[in-house]
Amino acid sequence: MKAAAFDYLRPASLGEALALLATHKDDCKILAGGQSLVPAMNFRLARPAILIDINDLDELDHLRADAGQLKIGALTRHAAFHRPVVEGPLGTLLAKVVRHIAHYPIRQRGTFAGSLSHADPASEWCLVATTLRAEMVAKSARGERVIAASDFFHGTFTTALEPDEILAEIRLPIMTPDWRVGFYEFSRRAGDFALGMAVAAAKVEDGTIREARLGVGGVGDRAIRLGALEDQLVGTPASSDVIDSIDRIAREARGMIEPSGDIHASPEYRRDLIAASVKRALTEALA
Amino acid sequence: MNWIGRRLPRLEDPALLKGGGSYVADRASKAAAVCFVRSPVARGTIVDIEIPSDGIIFTGRDLVDVKPIRPILHRPDYVAIGQPVLPVDRVSFCGQAIAVVVADDPALAEDVAEQVFVDIDVADAIIDFEAALALDATPVHPDAASNVLVEGRMRTQGLDKAFADAAEIVTLDVRSHRQSAAPMENRGGLAEYDAASGRVTLTASVQMPHMLRTGIADTLGMPESDLRVIAPDVGGGFGQKMSLFPEYVVLVWLARKLKRSVAWIEDRRENLLASAHGRDQAFSLRGAFAGDGRLLGLDADLRSNIGAFSCYPVTCGVEPLMAFAELPGPYDFAEYGVRSRGVTTNTCMMAPYRGVSRPTLTFSMERMMDVAAKRLGIDAAEIRRRNLIKTFPHRSPTGLVYDEGSYLQAMEVALDAADLPAFRERQAAMRERGQYLGVGLSVFSERTGYGTPAYAARGMEIVPGYEIVDCSMDPSGDVVLRIGSSPHGQGLKTSLAQLVSDELGIEPQRIRIISGDTDATPYGWGTFASRSMVIAGGASKLAAGKVAVKLKTIAATLMETSPDNIELKDGWARVSHSNQAMEIGALARAAYHQSHRFKGLLPGLHESAVYDPGGTFSNACHVAMVEVDIETGGVRIERFLVAEDAGVLINPMIVDGQITGGVAQGIANALFEEIVYDDTGNLLTASFADYLPPTAAEIPEIEIMHMETVSPESVTKAKGVGEGGAIGAPAAIVNAICDALSPFGIELFELPATPQRIREALRRAGVATYA
Ligand SMILES: Cc1cc2nc3c(=O)[nH]c(=O)nc-3n(C[C@H](O)[C@H](O)[C@H](O)COP(=O)(O)OP(=O)(O)OC[C@H]3O[C@@H](n4cnc5c(N)ncnc54)[C@H](O)[C@@H]3O)c2cc1C
Repeated sequence: MKAAAFDYLRPASLGEALALLATHKDDCKILAGGQSLVPAMNFRLARPAILIDINDLDELDHLRADAGQLKIGALTRHAAFHRPVVEGPLGTLLAKVVRHIAHYPIRQRGTFAGSLSHADPASEWCLVATTLRAEMVAKSARGERVIAASDFFHGTFTTALEPDEILAEIRLPIMTPDWRVGFYEFSRRAGDFALGMAVAAAKVEDGTIREARLGVGGVGDRAIRLGALEDQLVGTPASSDVIDSIDRIAREARGMIEPSGDIHASPEYRRDLIAASVKRALTEALA
Repeated sequence: MNWIGRRLPRLEDPALLKGGGSYVADRASKAAAVCFVRSPVARGTIVDIEIPSDGIIFTGRDLVDVKPIRPILHRPDYVAIGQPVLPVDRVSFCGQAIAVVVADDPALAEDVAEQVFVDIDVADAIIDFEAALALDATPVHPDAASNVLVEGRMRTQGLDKAFADAAEIVTLDVRSHRQSAAPMENRGGLAEYDAASGRVTLTASVQMPHMLRTGIADTLGMPESDLRVIAPDVGGGFGQKMSLFPEYVVLVWLARKLKRSVAWIEDRRENLLASAHGRDQAFSLRGAFAGDGRLLGLDADLRSNIGAFSCYPVTCGVEPLMAFAELPGPYDFAEYGVRSRGVTTNTCMMAPYRGVSRPTLTFSMERMMDVAAKRLGIDAAEIRRRNLIKTFPHRSPTGLVYDEGSYLQAMEVALDAADLPAFRERQAAMRERGQYLGVGLSVFSERTGYGTPAYAARGMEIVPGYEIVDCSMDPSGDVVLRIGSSPHGQGLKTSLAQLVSDELGIEPQRIRIISGDTDATPYGWGTFASRSMVIAGGASKLAAGKVAVKLKTIAATLMETSPDNIELKDGWARVSHSNQAMEIGALARAAYHQSHRFKGLLPGLHESAVYDPGGTFSNACHVAMVEVDIETGGVRIERFLVAEDAGVLINPMIVDGQITGGVAQGIANALFEEIVYDDTGNLLTASFADYLPPTAAEIPEIEIMHMETVSPESVTKAKGVGEGGAIGAPAAIVNAICDALSPFGIELFELPATPQRIREALRRAGVATYA
């Protein structure tokens, strides 16, 4: 379990990094927190000829609220979210979610952007980005582009990023105080990847749901936004009778997914977990 | 001051906690790195092995003079099979070492290993042992006629009558899936060649250093005196590190062949793939119960998957024959029929793992008791009360003699502490709210500290059991104890020091214990089977006792009294009823430097003792309280109680550590860990992402209570306590899960009870999650 030989480069500026990426393209890999890449290299499942370490790039080390968005620079570690990073529901939700990502030491190194770039279908941040409609800012020597979450994830471990691109920043819409949020995850052990999970959020005005977000992860090849169920929630009164609709929505969620099976969870079991997760996330948000 | 019974902080810990421990890998940095090329398939014929031209690589063809590892049981039903250290013609399980690479560092060794191309003509592998038992199954080993390599059978005369008389016959099929002991430190060895003497020193993470030396010497055909085996600090073993593995033979062979030092540090993938597994068992039980709940007779068909080879020295009989002999457990019944088979398959070898068969057999018996209780309308505790052993010594249907224990009392103590009436109230209230709590019991016996008679009874060619201890006090009055046993992390040195302190009247800090070095310790059997405290402890006490006698004689001579009047305590030899006293150090000096004064005594203070006991039974009751989430199948353990009787506790803190660690592995067994192969014998759980040892977050506080039955079968009055935690916990937890799910009539008989399996059972019972 030792990595195959590779060259290691540590650019001092973003410009230099982008130039290296443009030169080496498929032969190189970006090293961020290393918490997914390094194990894969040790198993020799990943064999990049060149590693480009981005940890010195101050341009990528930021986390700020700006014009209604939370802007998460590529070097923002998971641990940054242990305490709410913005006031209001978004900060609360991220602080709740982050505790389900791996273990404390891993959270000190692993990055938000690394999780999205890696695109594990059971990644919590991928679910959050998908459900809350994040925008990804990709940079290359060719320029910059903004990719919507719905276009970013292409499948297990694959994204819209080109080999010469770096995911420089993620932008999450900041929720106003009238949003309510919920999250539920089922995993075998503390810190394991989810076998099933759901994020729910609803904007409630005058006792009625005006806007809703609902997404599930840990099933299929990427996180899934359940748009049709979001639509059903809109207009529903957020009072005690919401319980009945939550049960109905949980039931419908099971039918909207096509999970695959593995040794830890058969497709049928994953449906159970998704139904339970949807119900619990919604209940936390609304009931 | 008495040292026995004190929660003395472990003398080992300051070094271990400050990074001062010394494990094999800490010592291996200067040696060349060894990497094994392993079979990618479970079964096939080796057509060709293409090796790159640059690189130091050896295959089975280079080691044809090395004998196979071939442990023997002298039983008519045992079929001996050999395990080649590197195979020449065929591979028998996925992960079997087939070539070895030596390079300057581990990464380079892996680079070369990747270029070794193995052409194997793949055959259909037999993975599942029920398939291996099919009449038309191809034998896994061409030289064995069937796949049953060992079979124990017995049937008492009155068994049929017991079934004829039964008011209720309970039938159950229990399945325990395969597990790995998953020690924190994987295997590893460093073989150093000494050019001056031609000797090799093998430093290895093992539990039986002396046995390893014999085994390697026999296999390589070299004198034992040319090999020194050292077990340095060992990061857990739990049985996995008892066996003679091909890798260690190859390391010594390489050091002699290349005349250089070589090291192999196993990685986790190799450990899960190719070290040893256990607990892959299927037990079918039929219990004949009288109307009042008394168990009249038991008929059992027990199958254990022993993998591709027989482990040395204990053989593949270790699980099947343990199950055969100990299934009756803590229950008093006379009629017993059993057929217990060890079945070979194309999977990684089975070797002892903490508890050996007893987790599965306790699970089987305790599930049976609960099912019988429900059918007969008797309370789960009550049916046990009616069946537990109450008179001693007790003779089991298989002829085992149980010394005095506290089977019934331990259960009552645990039940009291659990406060069942309050629990039942809470359970009922929570059920109203759709929350499912359950409580489960597990009562069991743990046979510990058994010497040669028990192993001889199994027909082992190599009969382990005794321990030899050399105890010497130096002229300053400090003690060195050389033990044949070999601790692997359990704090044995502290416990032995406490024991010896009380014999000699000096502080434990003045006692140094030397273990795990075949050049420096008497021949011994190492650590396994909950034996070290009882047997090495017994020999230590006896050897130290002899030194104490000598000290008293010297003291009596110097102070002109009789030895009977001397008491050794707190560093002094005191004459009773007087204020005369001498420091023990002064006596020691006299023993060496004034020996002419002591007529009839040999000079110095050096004594040796052997202890070879018949064995003693510990016992315990575990109580688990769990909550089952019926929508996800998740299980949360609310409380876990243990009432344990291990006789006199030398160091209660260390005993509690043994119980807690054992229960943690039992929880792993109950809920988490499972080795999974696909149909072709490819391992699907080759890392801790898929093989799931629980973390601290999944282990609750373990509440421990002690009983203290003093047994004449142990000179230290201590009984063994190494395995009980792991033995009892799975049954208690699954019984608790079934109690929680009793409104749905669910009974589970499979380990581990994973969330997926629990949901499956609920789904079958019509409990849907929003379907
Ligand atoms: C034991 C363990 C448990 C874990 N459990 C979880 C869990 O429960 N949930 C979870 O979500 N994750 C889990 N992880 C993964 C962890 O969160 C990783 O930190 C994360 O997936 C990757 O982030 P990283 O910064 O470490 O990326 P790296 O490992 O450095 O890189 C991962 C991949 O992304 C690429 N990459 C990284 N940054 C960028 C960038 N800015 N632009 C373009 N490409 C980039 C790399 O080239 C590489 O291909 C676990 C990891 C371990 C070891």
